[in-house]
Amino acid sequence: MIRVVLPVHLRDLAHVDREVQVDVVGEPTQRSVIDALEASYPMLKGTIRDPITQRRRAFVRFFACEEDLSHDPPDAPLPEAVVTGAEPFFVVGAMAGG
Amino acid sequence: MAGVRVLVGTRKGAFVLSSDAKRENWDVAGPHFAGWEMYHLKGSPVEPERIYASQSSGWFGQLIQRSDDGGATWQPMGNQFQYEGVPGTHQWYDGTPHPWEFARVWHLEPSLTDPDTVYAGVEDAALFRSTDGGHSWQELAGLRGHGSGSSWQPGAGGMCLHTIVLDPRDPGRIVIAISAAGVFRSDDGGETWRPANRGLRSGESIPDEDAEVGHCVHHVARHAGRPDVLYMQKHWDVMRSDDGAESWVEVSGDLPTDFGFAIDVHAHEPDTVYVVPIKSDSEHFPLDGQLRVYRSRVGGNEWEPLTKGLPQANCYVNVLRDAMAVDSLDDCGVYFGTTGGQVYASADSGDSWAPIVRDLPAVLSVEVQTLP
Repeated sequence: MIRVVLPVHLRDLAHVDREVQVDVVGEPTQRSVIDALEASYPMLKGTIRDPITQRRRAFVRFFACEEDLSHDPPDAPLPEAVVTGAEPFFVVGAMAGG
Repeated sequence: MAGVRVLVGTRKGAFVLSSDAKRENWDVAGPHFAGWEMYHLKGSPVEPERIYASQSSGWFGQLIQRSDDGGATWQPMGNQFQYEGVPGTHQWYDGTPHPWEFARVWHLEPSLTDPDTVYAGVEDAALFRSTDGGHSWQELAGLRGHGSGSSWQPGAGGMCLHTIVLDPRDPGRIVIAISAAGVFRSDDGGETWRPANRGLRSGESIPDEDAEVGHCVHHVARHAGRPDVLYMQKHWDVMRSDDGAESWVEVSGDLPTDFGFAIDVHAHEPDTVYVVPIKSDSEHFPLDGQLRVYRSRVGGNEWEPLTKGLPQANCYVNVLRDAMAVDSLDDCGVYFGTTGGQVYASADSGDSWAPIVRDLPAVLSVEVQTLP
């Protein structure tokens, strides 16, 4: 079970609280976590990753364990603390605009 | 009892304003989708409780929402807008080739006959259609592929397909407009297209007076009962076509400035047209700080200012291209929203105005549903 913290606009869209939990098939990676998130909350398809290219949106960031994982390869394993559920995986709307 | 429902898209959410036929007392519901840019909402003419909405964000992309209960509740629909085939390139601002990239849906136009069919005008300019209520979208690629697409260039607001005009007599006839490519017409339901800009003059930006494409058309409107007559607010110039966009003539006439964005036609008088003149393309606000709607009752050229109830001093808002609409009650109502967050309504064809709301986020679009 992976804990995922969502930004407020996506919480509202998915009608969930700040944190959700998802079951990941296979090794927990950015890709598999977002796949699981979209499977549980289909309304989030296309909001974190472009629906066509599947690339992370430019103003979305992935944080965990006080690290910015945004530029890690999407299939890189997530930190052990995220895998065990000790730490959440953060989906963050980047600070931009006014 | 008859009434109206005004659908307002803003920079930070959507609002639904409702009133009975008197249009004096209003219920304001919203914001729906708070914090998101709501470029456009529009109801199905054949199933008014069904409303489609374009929800977008620079962070989280594009969503399409659908309500089947008049805007009380919403469901996300499909948001895959994939250009058909290899998208190719259009011109960038500096004239270099630029790949076609989807940015957002500017305008949603529900079918006049089928509640499950809806058209979407998008940036970068293309026309999509859904025939399953918004679950899936297919590009009508003949528009971009008709020949001139690689020469299209964005206007200051982006290369958006912002206007979709359907013909109540003929479902095959579709007129669309793109900034800054111009008007295009299809006679076969969107399979094939041709430019429809004869008579437009854009000397401020196109040296060729007879340029087939490249015109910065801001909006096109028509009267349902006389669909061959189209009115256009171009970047500069108010234009009229009497032959279904085959040709255009200027009808700016005695307007104090013919720059503007919004234009619409009275619900019962095909020759009564409304515009909101804006000072210029470098100063996007009304002349002299006076917010004035101009009305022509003779199809253009002769215009009268409508000021009663509108601010006549220190007003420096804009009225965007999709932010004016009319209802079809016996005494035609006219509505428009401003970038200052006001939505004004007139229940007497424009003779007098009153704000429904004064302090919404910047208004991007206004549509009206006339309810039985």
